[in-house]
Amino acid sequence: MRQIFAADESLSWVRADFEAMASSASLLIFRVQSLLGQVVPLRHRSVVRRPSSAASGVLACGVEAAEATALAVEGLTLAFGGAVAFEAIDLTVQAGEIHAVIGPNGAGKSSLINAISGLYAPQSGSVRIGAARFSRVPAHRLAALGVARTFQNLALFKGLSVFENVLSGLAGAQRAGLAAQMLGLPQARREARAQRERAADVIARLDLAGVADRPVGTLPFGVQKRVELARALVARPRLLLLDEPMAGMTATEKAEMSRFIREARESLGSAIVLIEHDIGVVMRLSDRVTVLDHGRRIAHGTPAQVQANPAVIAAYLGLADEPEAEAA
Amino acid sequence: MTTAIALSAKPRNLSGPVGVAVLLATAFGLVPLVGSDYLFEAILTPFLALALAGLGLNLLTGYAGLLSLGSAAFMAVGAYAAFNLSLRVPGLPLPVSILGAGLVAAAAGLVAGLPALRLRGFYLAVSTLAAQFFVAWALNRIGWLSNDSPSGVINAPRLVVAGLSFEDARGRYLFSLTVVALLTVAAWRLVRSPTGRNLVAIRDQEIAARIVGVKVARTKLLAFALSSFVVGIAGVLWAFAYLRTVEPAGFNLDRSFQILFIVIIGGLGTLRGAFLGAGFIVVLPLALSRLGAVLPGDGFDSGTLEMVQRIVLGALIVAVLIREPAGLAALLDRAGRRLRLPA
Ligand SMILES: Nc1ncnc2c1ncn2[C@@H]1O[C@H](COP(=O)(O)OP(=O)(O)O)[C@@H](O)[C@H]1O
Ligand SMILES: [Mg+2]
Repeated sequence: MRQIFAADESLSWVRADFEAMASSASLLIFRVQSLLGQVVPLRHRSVVRRPSSAASGVLACGVEAAEATALAVEGLTLAFGGAVAFEAIDLTVQAGEIHAVIGPNGAGKSSLINAISGLYAPQSGSVRIGAARFSRVPAHRLAALGVARTFQNLALFKGLSVFENVLSGLAGAQRAGLAAQMLGLPQARREARAQRERAADVIARLDLAGVADRPVGTLPFGVQKRVELARALVARPRLLLLDEPMAGMTATEKAEMSRFIREARESLGSAIVLIEHDIGVVMRLSDRVTVLDHGRRIAHGTPAQVQANPAVIAAYLGLADEPEAEAA
Repeated sequence: MTTAIALSAKPRNLSGPVGVAVLLATAFGLVPLVGSDYLFEAILTPFLALALAGLGLNLLTGYAGLLSLGSAAFMAVGAYAAFNLSLRVPGLPLPVSILGAGLVAAAAGLVAGLPALRLRGFYLAVSTLAAQFFVAWALNRIGWLSNDSPSGVINAPRLVVAGLSFEDARGRYLFSLTVVALLTVAAWRLVRSPTGRNLVAIRDQEIAARIVGVKVARTKLLAFALSSFVVGIAGVLWAFAYLRTVEPAGFNLDRSFQILFIVIIGGLGTLRGAFLGAGFIVVLPLALSRLGAVLPGDGFDSGTLEMVQRIVLGALIVAVLIREPAGLAALLDRAGRRLRLPA
């Protein structure tokens, strides 16, 4: 069983690699062009970029930076009434980078991801996703912008099976309309088949094949977390936001989850924002780390730099003094 | 022994293709041969109309999670639209006027569904009452809608399709059965389509649905339109195949609640639920009056019967909501599993 999947899988890895190569080749051409000082017209840019981020109401911005930078948060501030959730946050994530956001409970990590995904409306600052800059990200356009996310407290569709949950991750890419679906027109059938194959592929990669037909609510918490990751990955996002994907997991499960996240980065080249409490996991998995404390960025850099940062050590020592902060 | 194995190989055999085929063969082939006019007129035809209304409401409430108390209004819109189409467009084939009635009801549902873009749960249910009261008002006040008949009473047109008459009791049953079978197949395809998945996604986790790219507003309005289409056609069956003469009061708030109870008792978010719930609602008064007859004393008079029926129904709904929120459909599933599993 696994053998079959493996054969299948290697092919799609090859395809993914090829895609990545092709896109880095075009990136190279693009770089050369910008070195020569050519202004690349928007039409050409959209050939280089993957579809649909240049749209009306979006401020144009640094073209070169837009290529490699999947996410740029600039001076973002969010308050609930009088309470500041986070203030003047800067955060840049390159394509293919795993960027951990750490900090004590209540530091504002989830709020930051919620603001990036358009669920919260920040007071000031901006969020740039690919080439599109927003003062408030439109949540309903997130999928079209190539962003997928998971939630700290699971947001699965309880009434659907694991397989259907993963399929629903492709809702934003659905093209065939209702009539075509109901009448079973060739276009709709082809699309449905392609979607099922994609979902089955992700399910196999994340070791969920054994529970694919189970109602998602009947599964253990850790497995549900994995289903949520699968739902996000099936869309092949350029930017992936993961809010504590390993919360409540055993060490083995965490290692497994780390592997899935790393593989997703390799195969999709996604930029990944990862909120995680386990410092060991963060050190092993991430390329860069941003540390929040009381809504402020107190440090950022490589895992080693951050680990050695006195402000971070102080914040975490402070954490050790507050036992209730340890609770999820 | 072999049967046990065969059964356990197909866990949900009643919803499987074989089960459906047997059901259809019975309903289309056997029942018309052996049934009495009483069975057709008093039990099966109203059962089918109510089941269809439940099916329609279930798309909205069970699948998309949008609560509506306006079902009777959409039934009325369907019935009066079909009446007017038949009356005012001479020679219009009956299936076309029924389809047209469904579309008019869908349009009404779309408008009534607009508040769903802002409201949910209890508040949405209250806002659908507006549709309920507006339709009742319009049918009573605008004489044109009932061809100026006193108090808005309308009579069903003749049930003739392509020269075939469906006027007698058996014919009206078969006519209803055909319509219900076709729409059930359509609903079945819908709930298994990506759109059907989107309905459930919105019900279960609206925010996550929006994030994965479900067009939430559009899908909610679609749910109202599709649901009202089905409920509207159920209204046509109720008026044309069952009652034959209806007045606006036949589509009052009580009817809306009846449809809602059918869906709750039968099972939210299952297609079978509507049929189980409707079966229950239709059979309950008959069973109670039989019970009254065998009890010592002089049986139930109609007032007592009505009261007992309401009490039983109310108690049952409370029991279902507490013990088995997934309704009779889930109960049946569980019973089926228990029957197959032992030894
Ligand atoms: N929806 C909300 N309404 C009001 N306050 C909120 C809301 N979400 C988060 N907060 C507050 O913002 C602060 C940061 O919370 P959060 O982002 O959840 O922290 P973290 O994910 O780092 O633990 C907390 O003080 C929290 O109470
Ligand atoms: Mg959090």
